Amino acid sequence: MTVISRGFHRRRPVDEKLPPGQYETRDFPVLSAGPTPRIDLDTWSFDISNESGAKRSWSWAQMMALPYETPVVDLHCVTKWSKFGTRWQGVSLDVLLADVETSADYALVHSYGGYTTNLPLDDLLDGKAWIAYRYDGEDLPPQHGGPARLLVPHLYLWKSAKWVHGIELKLQDEPGFWETAGYNNYGDPWREQRYWGD
Amino acid sequence: MAGTALLGRLSERLRWRACTLVEERNETSSARTLVFDVPDWPGHFGGQHVDVRLTAEDGYSAQRSYSIASAEAGGRLELTVQRVAEGEVSPYLIDQLAVGDQIELRGPVGGWFVWQPEQTEPVLLVAGGSGLVPLMAMIRARRAAGSRAPFRLIYSVRSPGDRIYLAELRRLDPGLDTTFLYTREAPDGWPRPAGRLDAEDLARAGWPPDFEPTVYVCGPTGFVEHAADLLVDLGHDAERIRTERFGPSGG
Repeated sequence: MTVISRGFHRRRPVDEKLPPGQYETRDFPVLSAGPTPRIDLDTWSFDISNESGAKRSWSWAQMMALPYETPVVDLHCVTKWSKFGTRWQGVSLDVLLADVETSADYALVHSYGGYTTNLPLDDLLDGKAWIAYRYDGEDLPPQHGGPARLLVPHLYLWKSAKWVHGIELKLQDEPGFWETAGYNNYGDPWREQRYWGD
Repeated sequence: MAGTALLGRLSERLRWRACTLVEERNETSSARTLVFDVPDWPGHFGGQHVDVRLTAEDGYSAQRSYSIASAEAGGRLELTVQRVAEGEVSPYLIDQLAVGDQIELRGPVGGWFVWQPEQTEPVLLVAGGSGLVPLMAMIRARRAAGSRAPFRLIYSVRSPGDRIYLAELRRLDPGLDTTFLYTREAPDGWPRPAGRLDAEDLARAGWPPDFEPTVYVCGPTGFVEHAADLLVDLGHDAERIRTERFGPSGG
């Protein structure tokens, strides 16, 4: 049930798909901080822990058994490229977080290989984020984060952690890998938040 | 965290609720307080916020976060909205939303930037502009709970006309000391010249670091960064300084 607000209407231009400073690309560049990790699906797991340490875990088979969605989204990389209309399959974070008891405001995402990235918990909820495991109709290739990656298309792509392993819910924000290295703590492409101080 | 308002299932806490505007009043020429009747409101602490969602007839929707201004009070929730020029949401809330109209909101959100009545240590509140809103919720929660925790408020605004909640802040609230700072234009005869918050302001009107106050700083990002830096320089433990920053955009 949605409440319609009389007299409220869109004020932003509708046809501007490129955030400031971005250009469109048709291929799919790969940018990573290190070698692509090798991940065995038999031992793969995805874990969510809350601020008191209580943990929920999903095996690969359990993740595959969850209801999935097929979002079609635009991607914006901090290195200036944007890619329109990318097609994914994955599990909404709303599904994974629905029964988690927490008063946390922040999430620290952990990847196989040691990569971390942080974002407000709100940015993972309400249909804004997925654990994605298929891209363009195929299993997600390792160089793009396979077997599964976080997908948070409304933030710069470094927030969409590749090779995702788990999410730690936290009362306090804790900058991750790139954030500690000078990238913006939030990373909104439409506000061009690339680096600290942007 | 003991409070049930904080610890709840996310799916319930972050459910969108239709709520009804039941009262509104102007605070300044650019800020208006909206009072909503919110069914099944789970309760909140001073410092938490809600997300507001507006939806157009064509399905387009816009969401913004607003700090809760009121103390917990029986399903009623007050927000104070500052007009953002060129904003998409705040001009609508201020100019068009009328008593009886509905909007959607969800929350409360926020588990860190909160004050709870069990806290007994001295509290320093440092507000820049409409950053006062969540801090006022803490002041109101303190009063509602009959807390005797000593509070000091340092409230920085551009000019006298920008002060919100002025009448309420002028009423004597035992144990609350309020200091106004003006950055652009001070009232006639005001002892402190207009200017940016500085270390002397914090030393004079705040608590000494060895009193170990909990400090809450809220305002625009630049103000909060500046105030928090000064507080650390003065010797306040960074772990006792909690901040909430307003982003550069809003609406």
